[in-house]
Amino acid sequence: MSAGRTLELICPAGTPAAFRAAIDAGAHAVYCGFDDETNARNFPGLNFSRDEMAEAIKYAGRHGAKTLIAINTFPRAGASRLWSSAVDDAMRLGADAVILADLGLLDYASRRHPALRLHLSVQAAAANADAIAFYARSFGVKRVVLPRVLTVQEIAAINRDIEIETEVFIFGGLCVMAEGRCSLSSYATGKSPNMNGACSPASHVVYREEGGELVSRLGGFAIHRVAAGQAAPYPTLCKGCFQAGDYRGHVFEDPASLDAASLIPALAKAGVTALKIEGRQRSRAYTEAVVRSFRRALDAHAEGRPIPASELRDLTEGQQTTSGAYRKTWR
Amino acid sequence: MSNERTIPHFPRVGALVLRFAPLAPLSLAGASLAASLGRRHPRLFSRLGEQAGKKFLIDPIDLPFVFLLAPRTGSPGLRALRRGEAGVWDARIAGPLAAMLGMVHGVFDGDALFFSRDLIIEGDTGAVLALRNAIDNEEIDLTREAVAMLGPLESMAANPVRQLAALVGRWSGVAVTRIEREWPE
Amino acid sequence: MEQKKFTLTVGPLQFNWPADAFSDFYARVADEAPVDRVVIGESVCSKRAPFYANRIPDAIERLQRGGKSVVLSSLILVTLERERRAARDLFAQAEHEVEIDDLTLMNYVKPETVFSIGPMVNVYNEATLAFLAGKGARRFCLPPELPFASVEVLAAAAAKCGAASELWAYGRIPLAISGRCYHARAHGLTKDSCQFVCARDADGLTTRTLDGVDFLAINGVQTLSHKYCNLIGDLDRLAKAGVTGLRLSPHSGDFTGVCRAFADAASGAVSPREGLLRVRRAAPEAAFSDGFLFGDFGAAPLAGA
Repeated sequence: MSAGRTLELICPAGTPAAFRAAIDAGAHAVYCGFDDETNARNFPGLNFSRDEMAEAIKYAGRHGAKTLIAINTFPRAGASRLWSSAVDDAMRLGADAVILADLGLLDYASRRHPALRLHLSVQAAAANADAIAFYARSFGVKRVVLPRVLTVQEIAAINRDIEIETEVFIFGGLCVMAEGRCSLSSYATGKSPNMNGACSPASHVVYREEGGELVSRLGGFAIHRVAAGQAAPYPTLCKGCFQAGDYRGHVFEDPASLDAASLIPALAKAGVTALKIEGRQRSRAYTEAVVRSFRRALDAHAEGRPIPASELRDLTEGQQTTSGAYRKTWR
Repeated sequence: MSNERTIPHFPRVGALVLRFAPLAPLSLAGASLAASLGRRHPRLFSRLGEQAGKKFLIDPIDLPFVFLLAPRTGSPGLRALRRGEAGVWDARIAGPLAAMLGMVHGVFDGDALFFSRDLIIEGDTGAVLALRNAIDNEEIDLTREAVAMLGPLESMAANPVRQLAALVGRWSGVAVTRIEREWPE
Repeated sequence: MEQKKFTLTVGPLQFNWPADAFSDFYARVADEAPVDRVVIGESVCSKRAPFYANRIPDAIERLQRGGKSVVLSSLILVTLERERRAARDLFAQAEHEVEIDDLTLMNYVKPETVFSIGPMVNVYNEATLAFLAGKGARRFCLPPELPFASVEVLAAAAAKCGAASELWAYGRIPLAISGRCYHARAHGLTKDSCQFVCARDADGLTTRTLDGVDFLAINGVQTLSHKYCNLIGDLDRLAKAGVTGLRLSPHSGDFTGVCRAFADAASGAVSPREGLLRVRRAAPEAAFSDGFLFGDFGAAPLAGA
């Protein structure tokens, strides 16, 4: 095998401790958000104050790594100031890029801060070359995070047609719906990823033992029933067990996580610039283990060695992994 | 981080002995640990936000008692109680002591423990999540916290206690102390 | 009597109906439904389009004879090359307005293009609305998950831009779109070999929780609410907020009856209560909700019903 192109490893951090763990484990860049509804992982106890963000950016800088700030929810009508000031602060604190999804906010950032590097969030669901061209032309977006609905072949085709960089998810929680275009969570709970930065929020989750089974409900809707001892998925709506006609089971997706480590060479060949690990809501133990493992895989790929077998199954939802939409049979 | 994970349980004989132990000293230690944590980790409480007012039942299923944690900013409390006498709580976190210590010390990932059912959560899931995230960020080392409680004796006790903790950890497979990783400041 | 005037729009048919049912439906809408605009064309799955594509010209002609203005719909999720081509072709004609439901299509808009923004485009705030209006959008069907407070702000923002604001007022609400086909999956098939099993469910396949509660409905690659949005009791509030249009999404059964009920309630000819009774009669199987706008969560039952 010949030496591959060097791919950038983009790693999640929900806390300053996880941020440092990611950098120390070999992240090329870390993405994170402010502690409010401007980012799509607006979970209790998570994220960065302005001061913590400033420190994190300095820490990354000292280690030659980049900081990308996700401001990737859709500003609430009448309250856009919270979001535009997050963009202003990202610029002021020296972020290497901001990850945005909303047209209005992209417009604001590109006019107000022409020097600020813009990445298009997966929440914008730009799933083809024409959509990407529109964002690149309108706002000078430099990189697009591709939605998790595409096959490797489709990603290669997109890269042939566009002039900006692409970033794809390589590991972690898997949205089965086009991201940024899903209201399942707000249908059940009133809280949505787009508006509140929370999908299937913990505040609406209830676990109960019923007749030897663990039942998890979200907003009162039963999402799973598992026997004692079985792996217990978090009640994310699209990974739930339902009855549709004669079919009873995971109507949308099994409670599995994405692990596309084996596809690293194919993704590199498809022209992808950066690989992204999901999991800003996870612990620093997760960050440390996953980042270290993928950095090893990327180094192996760059040196033309085979990708080491994955060792991360325990960390995944349902303790199962899938290569998701990257293979066409997933559909 | 270990992946071939089997969570050790607290030895049954030990649990049996502890069943008859008085809880007052444990509660006393808990109270001063909580107070000390409050002083040394103020960010823990700012991260908890409004969830700091909740009551958490920490239930190490391999021990004959439980802890009631009330983080309340300013006056945090940690009380040891007999199982079944815990009264009112907002959220319960149950699992082997080793799983809990491992999570606090950054050896285990909380979600992974939950996926594998080593950890069970009841009640206010949002509060549990906040607590988990806040503790995770503090990089707490309970051995170091315990030593810190000794006040002026801290410098004398620090090294022997840490060595002892490391020894216990190796012997039992329980992460009683944080894995040392030097953060370049 | 207070005059409440909304432009009534029939949204694109979301389901996979046989070609004859498709033609019959649009003939009835053309002849019997007191609506102003009809959006027509495939928006959910491009694999369905060939089955009725040759019926569309006749349907359009009949709708126009019935005095309706016809708008061409577009796919919610454009990924394949042929889907991009089809989307581009929509802008090669200048006869009909195009409804953009995926920002992909913004890449083809020319200064003279007449277009509107569909409910699946993320217009959550005034800045986004103003940006799209600046590119030429004349009408916005707002995202169905918006709360009323946001609708009030956005209706005013649209008026300021000289654009119309429309709300999803009737029908199962589109909640998500995917690359994967759930109908195929529920039948042990994949999208590529789907055998068009989605055609078996004229209004989508209800998906129940393991507690036996009706919750969602799957429609091929799309996921809908089980409940039908129904804003007929809320028209006063919507008019006051400056909303100028209502979207009625096609379902099987007496859909033109639903259209008539909305038209009469909108004009003040019948009370909201009477309007609701008539919609219930026209769709006796449906459970209604206005939760996204007025409840704590989307599936919340009709307030005050």
